[in-house]
Amino acid sequence: MSAVTCAALCKTFQQGEETIIGLDRVDLKIDSGDFVCLSGPSGSGKTTLLNAIGGLDKPDSGVITVAGQRIDRLGKGDLADMRLHHIGFVFQAYNLIPVLTARENVEFVMQIQGVAAATRRARSMAILEEVGLRGLHERRPAQLSGGQQQRVAVARAIVSRPALVLADEPTANLDSVTAEHLMDLFVELNQRHGSTFVIATHDSRVMAHARRLIRMQDGRIIEELAQR
Amino acid sequence: MTTPWRVLWTLAWRNLWRNHRRTLIMLAAIAIGVWAMIFLTAIMRGMVDDMVRGGIHTLPGHVQVHHPAYRDDPSVANRMPPPDPTLAAALAAPEVVAWSGRVKVPAIISSERDSRGVSLIGIDPVADDRLAGIAATIVEGRFLEGPADRGVLIGARLAERLETRLGKRVVVMSQDPDNDIADRGFRIVGIFRARLQGVEESLVYAGLETVQRMLRIDEELTEVAVLGDDYRDVDALYRDIAAAAGAQRETLPWYELDGYLGSMLRVMDGFVLVWIVIVFVALSFGLVNTLAMAVFERVREIGMMQALGMRPAAIVWQILLESLCLLGLGLLLGDLLAVLSLWAMQGGVDVSAVAAGMEMAGYGSMLYPSLQWRDLLTANVVVIVLGLLTSLLPAWRASRYAPIEALAKT
Repeated sequence: MSAVTCAALCKTFQQGEETIIGLDRVDLKIDSGDFVCLSGPSGSGKTTLLNAIGGLDKPDSGVITVAGQRIDRLGKGDLADMRLHHIGFVFQAYNLIPVLTARENVEFVMQIQGVAAATRRARSMAILEEVGLRGLHERRPAQLSGGQQQRVAVARAIVSRPALVLADEPTANLDSVTAEHLMDLFVELNQRHGSTFVIATHDSRVMAHARRLIRMQDGRIIEELAQR
Repeated sequence: MTTPWRVLWTLAWRNLWRNHRRTLIMLAAIAIGVWAMIFLTAIMRGMVDDMVRGGIHTLPGHVQVHHPAYRDDPSVANRMPPPDPTLAAALAAPEVVAWSGRVKVPAIISSERDSRGVSLIGIDPVADDRLAGIAATIVEGRFLEGPADRGVLIGARLAERLETRLGKRVVVMSQDPDNDIADRGFRIVGIFRARLQGVEESLVYAGLETVQRMLRIDEELTEVAVLGDDYRDVDALYRDIAAAAGAQRETLPWYELDGYLGSMLRVMDGFVLVWIVIVFVALSFGLVNTLAMAVFERVREIGMMQALGMRPAAIVWQILLESLCLLGLGLLLGDLLAVLSLWAMQGGVDVSAVAAGMEMAGYGSMLYPSLQWRDLLTANVVVIVLGLLTSLLPAWRASRYAPIEALAKT
């Protein structure tokens, strides 16, 4: 079963007088439980594709289906619901809410989903332990290292078991050891929970973990490699 | 999708304290603004209260009953019989604090030196004193001892004009119902002072029965004055008395008997609202600026929340709740400050040093602030409602950010 399908996806940006091509007739199918890396130079379209799949940005034309639902036709509110229930995001800059503790950040999505307090707490504590942050759950982001913050962000992305996890340059701000730990965690979560991972990255160490590597250039998919 | 109130409250409260200094400055501005709204309103209410109460003492009463033609021609020709059983029953009702039947006619008072046009008022001293409090204003001599007292009370100013004094005799002359001269000699048994010079010069009090005999009107009256509990709430009393008095008599509340006093009160109500809105408008600039800055500093965070699945409506609520917390705290401080400062002034403030001539306008030299719950409520409701309306703009703008653009902000 496919988690994501994109058909003839096009996206352009206007920069002054110049029109920049973000996506150029992209066709893509990602199966459930897959672990995919989008790679390519800056401006190749990988982040644009990730944003389109996540419903953060609308394509100019083409069709995107996530979890069997066409998201290119959805309004703002419905897109928000779609992201809430089906997609987990991991951002390059962690993007934790500074006034909430690590546990509260992890519970944030569940709170919006309306999950009961006891369930929220149990799940958030379990996932924080799983990502190696036992004992740090009451710390605010400013009291955590970069690696720890990214782990909180990962915990937040997967705690409600989304079908699809989208990560944009998740290791860009991490040292190599922490980056390696994070990738091990992604792989483990992918294998244990069956979540589909789509990661946009420049990092060859991240690509090494992918089962499927998609190379992009000038808004097009130029190569697809199946690994391991 | 239900609105996640708990996390929205948490975010609103904690976000409020992200920039302590800015929040404290805004809180101080709201508190001082609210204090100014309530405190100055109470001061102005106190002044108007003083003037209205003084006016009601002079009228006297909250409601008066007359012959229908008496207000156009306040002469003995337009008299009426004493209260019938129906009216007497209404006057005995618990909401009636005091009432008095009076005879008030135009007259001329003459001393051996001079003559003046006055209003001669025949009163039952015991009943009338509860309405007009004349006994307390006697500065020389005594108050009337009963309705058959043969003495007369005149104002100090009138005594000066007539070049007479306590113990001297004066002649009071008016007309009887047949338009014949009705006159009588009185001894001055008391001199009173009034806040208004006009009252001191124009009112002469004598015993009710003495005046009725002089005018040859048996037990008839020209007015029945009724005092209720609160001058601001006389409509129910007015309706009851009017119904009992019937159509053959004219019944009017104080604000129609003295149009100036009534309009003062209405002007005051309008002024309070205008004053509160003006202070709020000044406050609102700071409020909008604070919230706009708070939103501007958190654009990326707002984009991230939307990316995680928070609906735009929840973003609006988050900013509104933050505004509500700020307004609520500011109101609490402002209310407390106002109540405490007014409580400290409850014994009255002597403004005689800066209020020379205010007596001319009916104000006393002591100022008693009057805090009314209605004013407190108005100030609080205006600040909350207009404050939230003002906050809608930054809240709406926050909800309109496209997540992808907001996340790209540094």
